[in-house]
Amino acid sequence: MSDTSNLTDDGLLDQLQHAAFDYFLETYNPANGLIPDTNRENSPVSIAVVGFALSSYPSAIERGWMQRADGAQRALTALRFFQGSDQSGKPDATGYMGFYYHFLDLHSGRRVWQSELSMIDTALLIAGALTAARYFDADNADENELRAIADALYRRIDWRWAQDGGDTIRQGWKPECGFLHYGWEGYSEAILLYVLALGSPTHPIVGDCYKAWTSTYQWENLYDYDYLYAGPLFVHHFSHAWIDLRGIRDEFMREKSSDYFENSRRAVYIQREYAKRNPNEFTGYGENGWGLSACDGPSDELPNESNEPRRLFGYAARGVPYGPDDGTLSPSAVLASLPFAPQLAMDGLHNLLGRYPEILTKGRLASSFNPSILDTAGKPWVSAGHYGLDQGIVTMMLENHRSGSIWQLMRGCRYVVDGLRGAGFGGGWLAQVATGEAR
Amino acid sequence: MSPDTMQTNTLSLTAPQDEYEAIRAGNVHPDAWCNPQPAGEYQLLVIGGGPAGLAAAEIAARLGVRVALVERDRLGGNSLNTGCVPSKAIIRTSRLYAQMRDAQRYGAQVPADIRVDFATVMERMRRIRAHLSGDGSVRRLVAAGIDVFFGHAEFTGPRSLTIEGTTLHFKKALIATGARAKVPVIPGLAEAGYLDNACAFDLTEPPHRLLVIGGGPFGCEMAQAFCRLGTRTTIVQDQPLFLGKEERDAAQMLADAFARDGIEVRLNTTVAQVRVENGQKLVDLVNDDYRNTIAVDAIAVGIGQSPNVEGLGLKAAGVDFDCDNGVLVDDFLRTSNPDIYAAGDICLDHAYTHIAASAARIAVQNALFGGRERLSELVVPWCTFTDPEIAHVGLYVREANQKNIPIKTFTVPMHEAVRAVTDSEIGGFVKIHVLEGTDRILGATIVAHDAGDMINEITLAMVAGIGLRKLSQVIHAYPTQAEAIRMAADAYNRTRYTPQLVARLQRWLARR
Repeated sequence: MSDTSNLTDDGLLDQLQHAAFDYFLETYNPANGLIPDTNRENSPVSIAVVGFALSSYPSAIERGWMQRADGAQRALTALRFFQGSDQSGKPDATGYMGFYYHFLDLHSGRRVWQSELSMIDTALLIAGALTAARYFDADNADENELRAIADALYRRIDWRWAQDGGDTIRQGWKPECGFLHYGWEGYSEAILLYVLALGSPTHPIVGDCYKAWTSTYQWENLYDYDYLYAGPLFVHHFSHAWIDLRGIRDEFMREKSSDYFENSRRAVYIQREYAKRNPNEFTGYGENGWGLSACDGPSDELPNESNEPRRLFGYAARGVPYGPDDGTLSPSAVLASLPFAPQLAMDGLHNLLGRYPEILTKGRLASSFNPSILDTAGKPWVSAGHYGLDQGIVTMMLENHRSGSIWQLMRGCRYVVDGLRGAGFGGGWLAQVATGEAR
Repeated sequence: MSPDTMQTNTLSLTAPQDEYEAIRAGNVHPDAWCNPQPAGEYQLLVIGGGPAGLAAAEIAARLGVRVALVERDRLGGNSLNTGCVPSKAIIRTSRLYAQMRDAQRYGAQVPADIRVDFATVMERMRRIRAHLSGDGSVRRLVAAGIDVFFGHAEFTGPRSLTIEGTTLHFKKALIATGARAKVPVIPGLAEAGYLDNACAFDLTEPPHRLLVIGGGPFGCEMAQAFCRLGTRTTIVQDQPLFLGKEERDAAQMLADAFARDGIEVRLNTTVAQVRVENGQKLVDLVNDDYRNTIAVDAIAVGIGQSPNVEGLGLKAAGVDFDCDNGVLVDDFLRTSNPDIYAAGDICLDHAYTHIAASAARIAVQNALFGGRERLSELVVPWCTFTDPEIAHVGLYVREANQKNIPIKTFTVPMHEAVRAVTDSEIGGFVKIHVLEGTDRILGATIVAHDAGDMINEITLAMVAGIGLRKLSQVIHAYPTQAEAIRMAADAYNRTRYTPQLVARLQRWLARR
């Protein structure tokens, strides 16, 4: 446990960002550049976590936490792995049609857990590849190769295939059964996915795909805030890790005289309002005790029992105001809210660290904790180990809060610029980018 | 499938022929009934004695119209005999059992021995059903001047039909023969036997393990009710969420409620086949690439309804129909035969008693009095009576978006309503949709303990053209859960206090 009480806010954020980034160094497999989903024993790789790692190397280099050559080498190793990976779509392959299975074996890089070919997680991975490609712009063998592979990996993704002939992008595909039937309705973290799918020069999505998705949005007034509704905080974070959505608007946001950044700010305020009300009377909730998001959590699921009433939901996308809410909070979701609502996030962070210092291990925030569930020593339930997604979003959002450098990098990515324009975004910084200026 | 042909292996499906059943039979289809002599040409002939047929016949009779009503089976239709009435009676008891188990939440002792007496549950249901069957009894219809014929009716021409060998002539007719449970095409299901609304209420003992196929209103209501009555229940739905028409949050709340009840929820799952081994039904389920087999004692189907179009001689009458959509009608509820109208489940998308009755009023007005009332002008609420209840009226957000209607939602979670908090019933919300930039109500969804009652206020506002701003001025009794509606209206009003308006007010106040 680290003592953070004597640190300034800047010092605290620096320590938290550094420790979060170190997750990638500590868990990295040098043989293939892959990063596991969690640092628990036998954890498989999450391709999204690899995307966060690729996106975080530039920040670490700029902050002096690693050498540029080391960062380039780590990124290149991962990209080489994906370039050469089995794309046959077989049950034990790594990917198909340019997409990748959600979970891979850390050593072989092949599919595990019979996981799905994941469109959104591939988007997070490839966004990482493009971020690295934007940063590593030197004219040397490694960085030249890195850029070439990242470009090739992006170009080979067949986004159109992922539409399956429908109006929107499907969520997943499995060799055992084809496309999955899970619905994808309402605002979600998929802006990044649609932007990347629209920006592709080789296999872009067709039709009014983005419009079809945004037509499932719900514009709501809740606790006196008008906002585009989505319950879990991570939805309001993920696309913003890469894309600077400040001041640029698609058709929906033009109609509402808002933008997605402002929307995330309001989502943070709504989280706080919900926690102040604390309808389920959980311990630790309040003005500075909030953070309902997708995270680990305690579970009352019994093995081999399917009809037992559930009150605790394990890993779940918790959200407000409709839940699920079992008293579990995600401190990293609070920290990742910094760009949108700095004061609220700092107040929340100080409160959580002060009251529940056990949420910080190795200087890093746990995925979640539940102060309503106490152990025999009276300590709150805390998620064991760390999750790569949490550390990744913390690293990136802190960087954006502190320097804006990832946003700046990706403003210059022509695929993102083209994708944003394809989705109907305009105004703000996007209007200043001349055609062909972005690389 | 009728009770006498049901194959349930271990379950008995013969409801006791007690005094309550005798009362009901006396009201809805007396054994000794003799059809009357036809009184010449009827000005209105109604085929079907369910909610639509009864409403039409009674309205017409009250207006002095010479009217006959023919019914194949029992007056009252599905609603009274095998639908709303028996299901709501059972749901009430099941809610009580759930509250007993959850008594601690209400500051009460959990009873030491909560034992479900299924026979008593069903007896109460039969008693209530028998009591309510008096409302549309054959005696009342006859007293109202309606000629009632029981038997199988079949059109013989555009203005005549036969019933039990007797020909009836009519100037206008209304087809209101309703619908029956649709049976999914699943290998082995028919052989294994299944429950539907026609026979589920004849059960005399609860199944130990029940599989409900279909996540529509009937399936959801029955799954929760049987679970709370002690049956280990699994519900299978081939869609990502229950109640496909409802909005995502409402459907998700229901899924969460099911999980709290201990119902095994299997979404995105289809039933591949059913087989019977050692007296139990083995059901193969498929969820994308995941397959497993569950063993149950009974299977209930609730995937929707099939219109009762067969055997009516509709072709002879010149009435267009198909087996999926039923009798085809225009917005005035007129069929392809201009003298024949239709109402109720036989022709409508929404199979609800209140919609059937409202449609019947329109049909009578249009058929007999040259009315030009349109079905599409009805403002129709509906409710699924789960716990919490899910009620809706008007447009859904997704419909508005598809039609490019700018829409904004005012949301009040039920935890904002004091009465919901004191009742420990905070799981739910009021969402009222307005035309963006105005207070015109386009629709609403309510999820609450008594959402079915609460939605009526919104329906009234929509019918009367009352905007959300006005609803804010309606004093609601305190504390009631319906205050959440007023709170949504208050939230609307607060959006009118723009910074510019507030600044103007401050300047005005400063000058005083």
